[in-house]
Amino acid sequence: MDGQAIETQGRSESLSRRARIADRPIRVKPDQSGVVTDGVKHSMNPFCEIAVEEAVKMKEKKLIKEVVAVSCGPQQAQETIRTALAMGADRGIHVEVTGKDYENLGPLQVAKIFAALAKKEEAQLVILGKQAIDDDCNQTGQMTAALLDWPQGTFASEVTMEGDKLKVVREIDGGLETIKINIPAVLTADLRLNTPRYATLPNIMKAKKKKIANMKPADLSVDIVSRLEVLKVEEPPQREAGMKVETVEDLVAKLKEGGTI
Amino acid sequence: MTCITLFRFMIKNKIIGSQFLGVENVLSQFKSICGEDRVSVGQAVREQHGRDESMHRCCAPDAVVFPHCVEEVSALAKLCHLYNVPMIPFGTGTGLEGGVGALEGGVCFSLRNMDKILDLHMEDFDVTVEPGVTRKTLNTYLRDTGLWFPVDPGADASLCGMAATSASGTNAVRYGTMRENVLNLEVVLADGTIIHTAGKGRRPRKTAAGYNLTNLFVGSEGTLGIITKTTLRLYGIPEAMVSAVCTFPSVQTAVDSTVQILQAGVPIARIEFLDEVMMDACNRYSSLSYPVNPTLFLEFHGSEGSLEEQVKTTEAITQSNDGSNFQWAQDAETRNRLWAARHNAWYAAQALRPGCKAYSTDVCVPLSQLPQIIVETKEDLIKNNLTGPIAGHVGDGNFHCLMVVDPNDKDELHRLHAFTDRLARRALALDGTCTGEHGVGLGKRSLLQEELGCHTIHLMQSLKYTLDPKNLMNPGKVLLPFSRESRQG
Repeated sequence: MDGQAIETQGRSESLSRRARIADRPIRVKPDQSGVVTDGVKHSMNPFCEIAVEEAVKMKEKKLIKEVVAVSCGPQQAQETIRTALAMGADRGIHVEVTGKDYENLGPLQVAKIFAALAKKEEAQLVILGKQAIDDDCNQTGQMTAALLDWPQGTFASEVTMEGDKLKVVREIDGGLETIKINIPAVLTADLRLNTPRYATLPNIMKAKKKKIANMKPADLSVDIVSRLEVLKVEEPPQREAGMKVETVEDLVAKLKEGGTI
Repeated sequence: MTCITLFRFMIKNKIIGSQFLGVENVLSQFKSICGEDRVSVGQAVREQHGRDESMHRCCAPDAVVFPHCVEEVSALAKLCHLYNVPMIPFGTGTGLEGGVGALEGGVCFSLRNMDKILDLHMEDFDVTVEPGVTRKTLNTYLRDTGLWFPVDPGADASLCGMAATSASGTNAVRYGTMRENVLNLEVVLADGTIIHTAGKGRRPRKTAAGYNLTNLFVGSEGTLGIITKTTLRLYGIPEAMVSAVCTFPSVQTAVDSTVQILQAGVPIARIEFLDEVMMDACNRYSSLSYPVNPTLFLEFHGSEGSLEEQVKTTEAITQSNDGSNFQWAQDAETRNRLWAARHNAWYAAQALRPGCKAYSTDVCVPLSQLPQIIVETKEDLIKNNLTGPIAGHVGDGNFHCLMVVDPNDKDELHRLHAFTDRLARRALALDGTCTGEHGVGLGKRSLLQEELGCHTIHLMQSLKYTLDPKNLMNPGKVLLPFSRESRQG
């Protein structure tokens, strides 16, 4: 089906979780106001990579005409957009949000920006990752759909176009749920939707020629003031040393002592 | 006997408890260098660091240390050097030749806490990593740069460990092995000295400066020093990939095709061979329906245009060698399905005899000799009633028999050892090597001697003696002990 798709990424700047031994984990700031982000490698949120891949696949199948990659954040967000362009997106939009505004940027604010952009670009499809792996909010997609009053296919593990509707298989706690929704719609990508391609060097070079438009939230008449105030950020409690006991009787006694049984 | 050896002897024989003052003293000095919780004498920790993925039995060290940086490694090494304590470097423990066994006790240097990726230079295609970085971690880190490190030995191994064992993999036919892809190493020597084999921070793509120390340490399996940084050559992620499968009536036709593909100048990325026993095992394990015949699995990298040409040329060659059922695919899902047999080979082999252990042989011969050695090896397997489906990196002349044996059947183990010795000698007789990629480790020291001859071995021993006169660096690996050598003259 012909149409434009805005493929949008939630919070492009996501702290890359290091899947290594937690010897040097992400550190909480001493004033407990947040986490340290200086010097931490930032890369595209994994679920957003899956979203980009799905959009590019749809374009390759000629189901959609154009893929636009969007990111909200400081200057570095452009690098993430470039990766999306290297994966096959046609052009990018960088909505610049910096400093304190960026620290306080939450799902509702991002959703407002995406909704405004979707209207402006006359998009037919908005695809996001299901959640950002730094805040784990899992709200932006749903809020965007609500603001636009569009149907939503969230936690999508399979998407097929059937005429002028979308069939979406969703991953839910009980198993899989298949729904049919009208277009335009919002989709959020779950892990099993696809395996994202790596940006190859030749494609990265070609992507440098693709355009990234710059704008601010004010250009979209969006108010990004947050209604949330972060009171405290703290690390999970330190794991304490275990205790060794000699016999089963000792074990039971200690468990009783501790009130566990 | 030195103090430490005496103490160790007494502790091992339960004459004294490990609270004895002497060992405590050394351990407390270790702790003051790298921290209280970075030194372990716990039994489980020691055993974990005394085994790898080979069939060699666990040889636990006396203690395990977990340094954070090269300065700590150096300080610890100085201490070990002073007290004559053997040192065994440990990366991910995914080796296949028993290289981490602490045969003479000592301290295992587990380097997993040194896990930084440093100094990525995208335009220069190089990156420097510490020993705790594994190849999958590096490639994930690099994924949005368009670069990758293609040496793929199967396991998610430490890159410095791969340098230490001169690892290779399925991609070697196009991208080379570790020998071709290490530009520089930071090494801590037996006495604690820190050196940079190509000069500190240097990373030119080629050099003619002095002796090639980088490649002295690549493949030294921890016997000459502890590798604490490696600078690697990176490659661009190919624009597109195509995978293909083709079946052949015989080993000869499959290998002939391989030679001709290489001669035709096709820059093939992977060319893997599975014999009919392996294909049968894979069919059973994954409920597939490949024809049960020698099969080639191929992978092509390049731009869309060049791929078309590569595949066309290759298909023509396989057809002229009686190959049939040539299938190919470009999208990730179908490619994975086509290669499913090759990916699951290890597990499929083990599933042939549940409850048994698997051991992989590893020899490498010139390409032209491959049909002969494979045919003779298969006859040997049948004659000696051994289970050994074959998988090989046929583009390099390197193949593995995935031996599946019952660890409790002494006779079968005996036949296995005799078979592997014969196999290695068969390879040597055909101008090959007793180890294509797994290393010498513990089990192939005598074979190495046969392979290299006494003068060359003597030179290796002189180098070892120069770098490590006290024989503290991973003793008992790669080279047979000096005394035995001089007796044999």
